[in-house]
Amino acid sequence: MSELAIDREIDRSHMSVSDEVAIQISKMNKWYGTFHVLRDIDLTVYRGERIVIAGPSGSGKSTLIRCINRLEEHQSGSIVVDGTELGSDLKNIDKIRSEVGMVFQHFNLFPHLTILENCTLAPIWVRKTPKKEAEATAMHFLEKVKIPEQAHKYPGQLSGGQQQRVAIARSLCMKPRIMLFDEPTSALDPEMIKEVLDTMVELAEEGMTMLCVTHEMGFAQAVANRVIFMDAGQIVEQNEPKEFFNNPQNERTKLFLSQILGH
Amino acid sequence: MSDTHAQTVAYVRTTMLPPQDPPRAEAGAIKWLRENMFSSWLNVILTLLSLYLIWSVLALILPWAARGIWDAASLTECRAIRDQLYGEGSDVACWAVISDRWQQLLFGFYPQDLYWRPVLSLVLFLVAVLPVLFTEMPRKLLILTGLAPFVIFWLLWGGSIWSAVSILLGFALGWAVLKYTSEPLGALGSMILAVVVPLLYWFLLAGTVAGALHAVLPIGIQEVQSKQFGGFMLSIIIGLAGIILSLPLGILLALGRQSDLFFINKVSVGFIEIIRGVPLIVWLFTASLLLNYFLPPGTNFDLMLRVIIMVTLFSSAYIAEVVRGGLAALPKGQYEAADALGLDYWKSMRLIILPQALKISIPGIVNTFIGLFKDTTLVVFIGLLDPIGLSNSIRASTDWNGVYWELFIFIGLMFFIFCFTMGRYSLFLEKKLRREHR
Repeated sequence: MSELAIDREIDRSHMSVSDEVAIQISKMNKWYGTFHVLRDIDLTVYRGERIVIAGPSGSGKSTLIRCINRLEEHQSGSIVVDGTELGSDLKNIDKIRSEVGMVFQHFNLFPHLTILENCTLAPIWVRKTPKKEAEATAMHFLEKVKIPEQAHKYPGQLSGGQQQRVAIARSLCMKPRIMLFDEPTSALDPEMIKEVLDTMVELAEEGMTMLCVTHEMGFAQAVANRVIFMDAGQIVEQNEPKEFFNNPQNERTKLFLSQILGH
Repeated sequence: MSDTHAQTVAYVRTTMLPPQDPPRAEAGAIKWLRENMFSSWLNVILTLLSLYLIWSVLALILPWAARGIWDAASLTECRAIRDQLYGEGSDVACWAVISDRWQQLLFGFYPQDLYWRPVLSLVLFLVAVLPVLFTEMPRKLLILTGLAPFVIFWLLWGGSIWSAVSILLGFALGWAVLKYTSEPLGALGSMILAVVVPLLYWFLLAGTVAGALHAVLPIGIQEVQSKQFGGFMLSIIIGLAGIILSLPLGILLALGRQSDLFFINKVSVGFIEIIRGVPLIVWLFTASLLLNYFLPPGTNFDLMLRVIIMVTLFSSAYIAEVVRGGLAALPKGQYEAADALGLDYWKSMRLIILPQALKISIPGIVNTFIGLFKDTTLVVFIGLLDPIGLSNSIRASTDWNGVYWELFIFIGLMFFIFCFTMGRYSLFLEKKLRREHR
């Protein structure tokens, strides 16, 4: 088990799962050319769930969450986010994207804008929030991720961990109802992984609906209420974390867990 | 044994060393000279040889230029003064040709008593361009920037003020279409309409509107024909108009070439490849000769306007390729992050992608502009009197038959000043953006 990461008690008072459906994926398939990357994915995410998606590289886990805000297009089946079906209608896509926050492996901050401008850009231009108000919100979230003093610097002047926390704050400024994390700690040094995971844990404690593709099994054990294991474009196994780690059923899952936790 | 070993290896620093100055011979001018000019015997020889070469070239040129004669009415008179001052047949410049004809070289055959108009236009242009070039300038100046082209147009060509106003009205029309139709029609449809409506207006209505307004309230200044324009004024007008118009067109073409929309993509690619694949001079001949065959008989389509359009189209194809390079250099993550935040295509281009892509493209864009500016000399072949064309006519006159160097040095120097300024500005901008973003 990855030993760093979570070293404190998790406050579970707000971490309740409602029975309202946040994301409904059914019979979803995706191909890259003729290569079948996602096969018959069925997944229902309830409001307040914290799902960790694990699996070997190339298993389609990133592609799956990128389909949810249509950075990738699926070819059959349906994805319904917050009651809106993802089709080719651009209006729907932009609406869903502004409701769903996404954090990338390589942060993807805008290098020509300051930290504050990175955070206020989308609220001002997409939500039409007045500048003053957007800046106040941005400072609130920058304080939450513990870097308000960096607000007027440029992304290039920050460390990787700080950049990733800014990226999280940038997403939060849009007041999303769902957050997607695409390997948020994979490009970071061990020291910085912790500060990013702490931020993510806090987010989970507040009851945010989260889908995280990550290799941080410590995080999964501490905050996830469901772990999904994917291989070859399919969901192979899903279970609550304790069962998933202690009593994996599928051979492929067992092999993966023994490799990732074995040493 | 192992204990002793541990003692010799283990080490804890107790005091930190303060920083010290480098040795004197390792710093400053002495170090620089030694390292860059006299580092070995071969380099000593090469340094001395280079110094000798530079000295001998300057020894040839400087006396020739500095002793030059400024005050004479013709080449013959110039030679007489020279013989008197420096002795028979000595080699000195005859700058008198410049002091005699500088007005013509700068303004062509523009009426002498109206020189204030192009000069005022230039001043107006320089003020109007300030807030664009330097972001520190007050933003209110941008209003002036928007109006300047129309005022300059009116100042240069003169005539009724209402023709300029009527053209301005076309832009206002386009803006209004863009503002009020983008909701029902979507971004692309509204943009197409915002181009088509003003074009129709300019071709069909603008003349009538201007005429009607002029009939009601005749305000105007003396009109100047395009064929009276010449010299550097002509080069600058064509060059700057081309530069200003080709940047937005080039950016649109670059975006078009990246577009997933089949027709927009193919039209952009076709346009860029065809324009780029044919020499500018061919396009200029097309503008001056062939276009008349295609236009309805009796249309009088100003030659200068035609040239500006051709030069703009030509350089926009190059700009498009330069900008495409900048777009391609951006990591895919920037596009994805903009998408993931819910920005639509135009907003993500305007706020995220283009600012970064253009920053990367600055050297290439300025390079293209410098090329365009110098290429304006090609208009001499279609009968416009740019500085080169005027130098030919000056040398054809009996007074100045036989003068070469002085004229071409002057023309070259003027072009150099313009191009060098643009190059320096590009460096300034690059440094500034690098400083701000890192």
